[in-house]
Amino acid sequence: MADVSLRKVIKRYDDVEAVRGIDLDIADHEFIVLVGPSGCGKSTTLRMIAGLEDISDGDIMIGGDVVNDVPPKDRDIAMVFQNYALYPHMTVAENMSFGLRLKHYPKAEIKARVTEAARLLDITDLIDRKPKQLSGGQRQRVAMGRAIVRNPKVFLFDEPLSNLDAKLRVQMRIEIKKVHQKVRTTTVYVTHDQVEAMTLADRVVVMNKGRIEQIGTPNELYHKPATRFVAGFIGSPAMNFIPCRLEDAAGTLRIRLTDRIAFALPPARAARYNALPRSDKLLLGIRPEHLTESHAHLDPGVETFDTVLDVTEPMGMETLVYFGLDGTPVCGRVNPNAGAKDGAPMRLAMDLNNMHLLNEETGVVL
Amino acid sequence: MSTMAIDKAGPTRKLGSMSRDRAWALRWSYFFLVLFAIFFLTPPVYMLITSLKSSAEISAATNPWWVFHPTLSNYVELLTSNQFLRFFWNSSIISIVVVIVTMIISIPAAFALARMKFWGSATLATGVFLTYLIPDSLLFIPLFKMLGVVQDLTGITLLNRWYVLVFIYPTLTVPFCTWIMIGYFASIPKELDEAAIIDGASWLQTLLRIFIPVALPGLIAATIFAFTVSWAQFLYPLVFTTSIDQLVLPVGITTTLIKGDVFNWGQIMTGALLGAAPPLIIYAFLMDYYIAGLTAGATKG
Repeated sequence: MADVSLRKVIKRYDDVEAVRGIDLDIADHEFIVLVGPSGCGKSTTLRMIAGLEDISDGDIMIGGDVVNDVPPKDRDIAMVFQNYALYPHMTVAENMSFGLRLKHYPKAEIKARVTEAARLLDITDLIDRKPKQLSGGQRQRVAMGRAIVRNPKVFLFDEPLSNLDAKLRVQMRIEIKKVHQKVRTTTVYVTHDQVEAMTLADRVVVMNKGRIEQIGTPNELYHKPATRFVAGFIGSPAMNFIPCRLEDAAGTLRIRLTDRIAFALPPARAARYNALPRSDKLLLGIRPEHLTESHAHLDPGVETFDTVLDVTEPMGMETLVYFGLDGTPVCGRVNPNAGAKDGAPMRLAMDLNNMHLLNEETGVVL
Repeated sequence: MSTMAIDKAGPTRKLGSMSRDRAWALRWSYFFLVLFAIFFLTPPVYMLITSLKSSAEISAATNPWWVFHPTLSNYVELLTSNQFLRFFWNSSIISIVVVIVTMIISIPAAFALARMKFWGSATLATGVFLTYLIPDSLLFIPLFKMLGVVQDLTGITLLNRWYVLVFIYPTLTVPFCTWIMIGYFASIPKELDEAAIIDGASWLQTLLRIFIPVALPGLIAATIFAFTVSWAQFLYPLVFTTSIDQLVLPVGITTTLIKGDVFNWGQIMTGALLGAAPPLIIYAFLMDYYIAGLTAGATKG
């Protein structure tokens, strides 16, 4: 068990910088998820922590020691790979005990640790099977078992659920969370799936183009994104971005979306945005769940407007509605009983208490 | 192979153009398989027939495809001849040593070329294969000269000693076996050695405990290849060994059983058949591995 720190870590491949200076402090016992689109440097970062990639610049510390030049086997880490990477010629027990056998642990202790890990992962019955006799989910459990028996300082997961089907993925996600609650080992987990990131992480690190966009708890990222990238990446369906500008009208600050739609900002928001130049090109960021059907009694800060729906998607517990605002496609989430129909007019309510205002050029959330 | 063919032929569905196409494809493949089987099996069958005849019957103008007075005298004579057993022994010991030497060189070489990316490793891998393409008929004169120079300089006699072939044959077997195994090692997922490294394995442990067991089919294919090449090699032993007691089987049979223009056909055929037996037996046991190994090397290399 140990904390992990990255200091200005850079990875260059020839002329390309895959990772461009990352600072990250991971506390002991913490579950950190690195998330981002493919090519954002998250896997490279993980592999640098593992020691499978050299770092071009900066420092990586595990448990306070700089490990830049320490080979993987001496870093006391364990890694779970996307394609499981089980040794095909060994049984489950042999797979799990391989690392311990290399380190010449006493036989009795190896057996005890393997039995304990197998019990924890509910694979006791499979212990004598070969990997090819196992299903995908079982293989992934064995891969986790191989990590657990070593009792390492840090667990590293490289997209461990991406090869599983959707249903199994949800199930294994819960398993991983349970295992972490039991063993409490510091964990770094890489995924491109923001749902996995949100559900598993103590803190999520959103990466883009080799840099960290934002670090925060799942709630922080969801409700207080720092940049347009984070705002758009976290949440499904994604946040809407609607071009807008601020204007003063009769002593109140208003936000104008189209020629005919403009809303007065709630007082708290008005105070926050009042200092902004009125000429700035801005984006209104609003999540679909804050665009709902209109009610008779509206809370303060909720404004209504009329629109014509393009497409509706009934999801069962909700219906997604799509429409355009001056050519910008917008998605809303309404009650399935609200009567939303393809091509029909509808009155929608926008909850401006949950709005975000972004600078269109810099992408920064204001 | 035969079980696969039966599996495919088994379900005979009436409808669907797919199954009809497949039935025709099967008929054609059987037609050509039978054709090739006849083509390739005729010589050994003829050898077997001839080996069972006496010299008198071979030269008699009877039906060459039938044995009228079968006799095992050729077999008895060869198997009781010290000379023939000596050839057999020479061939065996050379082939076994060559296989071992080849594996000791090829496996680490292939592992290094497939996994340790160093400057020029890709070029080197191609270079290894190109060496294999140089025919032995081009190499034997310079090799002969080299051994002569070695003898002049050091006084170590290698020419006309059976063990010289243990040094010569690997020039044929090592490049090809390395090449097969590069392909095979390259087809092992990178994560497997990364997992081993993280588990604390050294390069050598990764090779011995992960790569060799996982790539065993390829290894067996390479072993069979090395053995067959050594066993069947004709030109090098013909050039490098001359004394009767130093000869290997293929050369020994032709040198001792052809006297001037007198061909002792019965014994030649018997010797050839007996000589073909060891590779045949090895193939029969390891056939499935051999095919799996060759195709993996072919697609990935």
